[in-house]
Amino acid sequence: MSHSTVTPAGMGSATTTPAIGQSRGQVTEIVQRLRDGDLGVLPVVVGLLLIGAFFATQSDAFLTSRNFSNLLLQMAGIATISFGSVLVLLLGEVDLSAGPLSAFAAAVMGILVTNQGWPAPLAILAALAVGCVCSLITGIVVTRLGVPSFVVTLGASLAYTGLVLIVLGTEGNVYISDSTIVGIANTFMPAAVSWLILALALAGYAWLRFDLRRRRARLELSNPSLLGDVVRIALPAVIGAIFVAVLNAALGVPLVALIVGALVIGLQYLTVHRRFGRHLYAVGGDHESSRRLGIPVGRIRLVGFALASTLAAAGGVILASRGASVTTASGGGDLTLNAIAAAVVGGVSLFGGVGRIWQALLGALVISVTLNGMDLLAVSSGTKYVVIGSILVISVSIDAFSRNRRKAAGRV
Amino acid sequence: MPASVTAASQSTKKDVVLSVRNISKRFGHVNALTDVSIEVGRGEIVALVGDNGAGKSTLMKVIAGAAAPDEGEIRIDDQPHNFRGPHEATAAGIESVYQDLALPGNLDIVSNLFLGRELTRAGSLDEPAMEARTAALLKTLDVKIPSLRVPIAALSGGQRQAVAVARSRMWNNKIVQLDEPTAALGVAQTRQVLELIRRLSDEGVGVIFISHNMPDVLSVADRIVVLRLGRNAGGFNVKDATIDGVIAAITGAGELTDSGARTDMTASNGS
Repeated sequence: MSHSTVTPAGMGSATTTPAIGQSRGQVTEIVQRLRDGDLGVLPVVVGLLLIGAFFATQSDAFLTSRNFSNLLLQMAGIATISFGSVLVLLLGEVDLSAGPLSAFAAAVMGILVTNQGWPAPLAILAALAVGCVCSLITGIVVTRLGVPSFVVTLGASLAYTGLVLIVLGTEGNVYISDSTIVGIANTFMPAAVSWLILALALAGYAWLRFDLRRRRARLELSNPSLLGDVVRIALPAVIGAIFVAVLNAALGVPLVALIVGALVIGLQYLTVHRRFGRHLYAVGGDHESSRRLGIPVGRIRLVGFALASTLAAAGGVILASRGASVTTASGGGDLTLNAIAAAVVGGVSLFGGVGRIWQALLGALVISVTLNGMDLLAVSSGTKYVVIGSILVISVSIDAFSRNRRKAAGRV
Repeated sequence: MPASVTAASQSTKKDVVLSVRNISKRFGHVNALTDVSIEVGRGEIVALVGDNGAGKSTLMKVIAGAAAPDEGEIRIDDQPHNFRGPHEATAAGIESVYQDLALPGNLDIVSNLFLGRELTRAGSLDEPAMEARTAALLKTLDVKIPSLRVPIAALSGGQRQAVAVARSRMWNNKIVQLDEPTAALGVAQTRQVLELIRRLSDEGVGVIFISHNMPDVLSVADRIVVLRLGRNAGGFNVKDATIDGVIAAITGAGELTDSGARTDMTASNGS
């Protein structure tokens, strides 16, 4: 991440190193960090490449533009919900109701737009409002009454599952034919538009990096090596260009990819560069100290839960759009756990205060690639559960192992 | 009513910053503090000593605005203050460092120094400005930390204490209270923290520090104020004090034999 940001445990860049011999100093520091067990996102990236390579050898359909496009569509809903999971995990809490809540919000939207004839934008807003309001209720029970979030959200998840059944009534499903809503997950952008958006995003990022360098230089603070910043801009540029080129070879970049991308950038900004985000990390790391320092701990928690549930509702809307329906099976099964797993596999700590929003994107990618590959190989759903479960345990084990190494090396 | 302040709790310095007079605090039927007074001058280091339950921490909480006194008054620069909460004490220039330091371990040093009072620029956190001010402050206080961007949890106990003390200096405070700042530290780290306390005093900050460690107290404090059973039990100018004399005042043995060099025997002239 950027040089100026807070870098809790394991994430982020090299730090205030002397200006002379800087790039070399940074390389040695990176090597030292790895030796100390400060693995960062390395295990996830390596794991992702291995999983991808495995499926590429097993199925000819895996490494195709069309499948990649399909993969993104599968992933968008889980990724959106998992961003919410990150916010709650950062607080040191857990939200077990995200999946059923996403289905409840989507069911409300479906009924409003299909049975009540509401305009699509209003129905979508209603779904997001449902998410927000529901979380306020659970959030207040957690923060004001001090009931563990594990229990509250476990109960809430049952309640939301019931509400889905009640809202959908005897039919047990609602079909959505509204073109706006169905369009969310079924629209592909023209090639030129995708390139333009990518170019603008990269230009904006580059401008921010160099503005930061300028400001740091003016305050006589050391800057990371110029090469480091160039790499920092070039890497997303290369990945982004491959991404757009591959997708343009099929139907184009899906609109949901743009939505998820915008969410990552927006939430990353909120959590790392805004006061609220700083306080979110502080509360998750040490809520008693935060309270002592005058941070409104209860309000931060409440807003964190509310944002998470609104994101869950948004994920529900995306999933409903993709399926063009909401059924009694929506949001059930493994959706909640996959969303939490995405955050944890990406490297977000279960103990609060450590991790970044974008890491959930990596985790969601690991889970979606695995599910997608197994679908192509026509693996039974029993096997799928076992594999996804194993990935979760392996990634948490790597995290625990590296944490022990870090502790031994005096890092966090 | 300066006459009611015991000579021992009075500052020897002309420039009194904090004047706490005749404070009483009851918790139900327990009199935690009775008629306690303490003064701190500009740049003066006052050690607050006493046995467990003597009322040191309660007095610190009263001064920090975390506990409201039942009687008595707190004056800062001769202005009376009634703190309704810690934030009002902070706003009046009193900063308190408790034993647990209140430093979230997952945040780095810069974030911790500004936690709750972050600098922003067009709504976004102004990291370069905060980092520059942190670097300048740590340089002034001669606190040496390899990187400002490591999480607090990666620092040693002494470094953490130094960061906590540095934070108390960040906002131009008049008074800094420290609760057992050296309790958990090794010899070298203790020396560094004591030097840091001296530097605070050099900068004109009045320091109150609670300690059980007499050598620490004698090496750094200008004056010693003793509490016993929630009352003033004597005060010493360090240049006249002996360990035995202070300990006699702490345990109450001094009420029988006037050992040491106590400047005042009575708990309060007013009683």
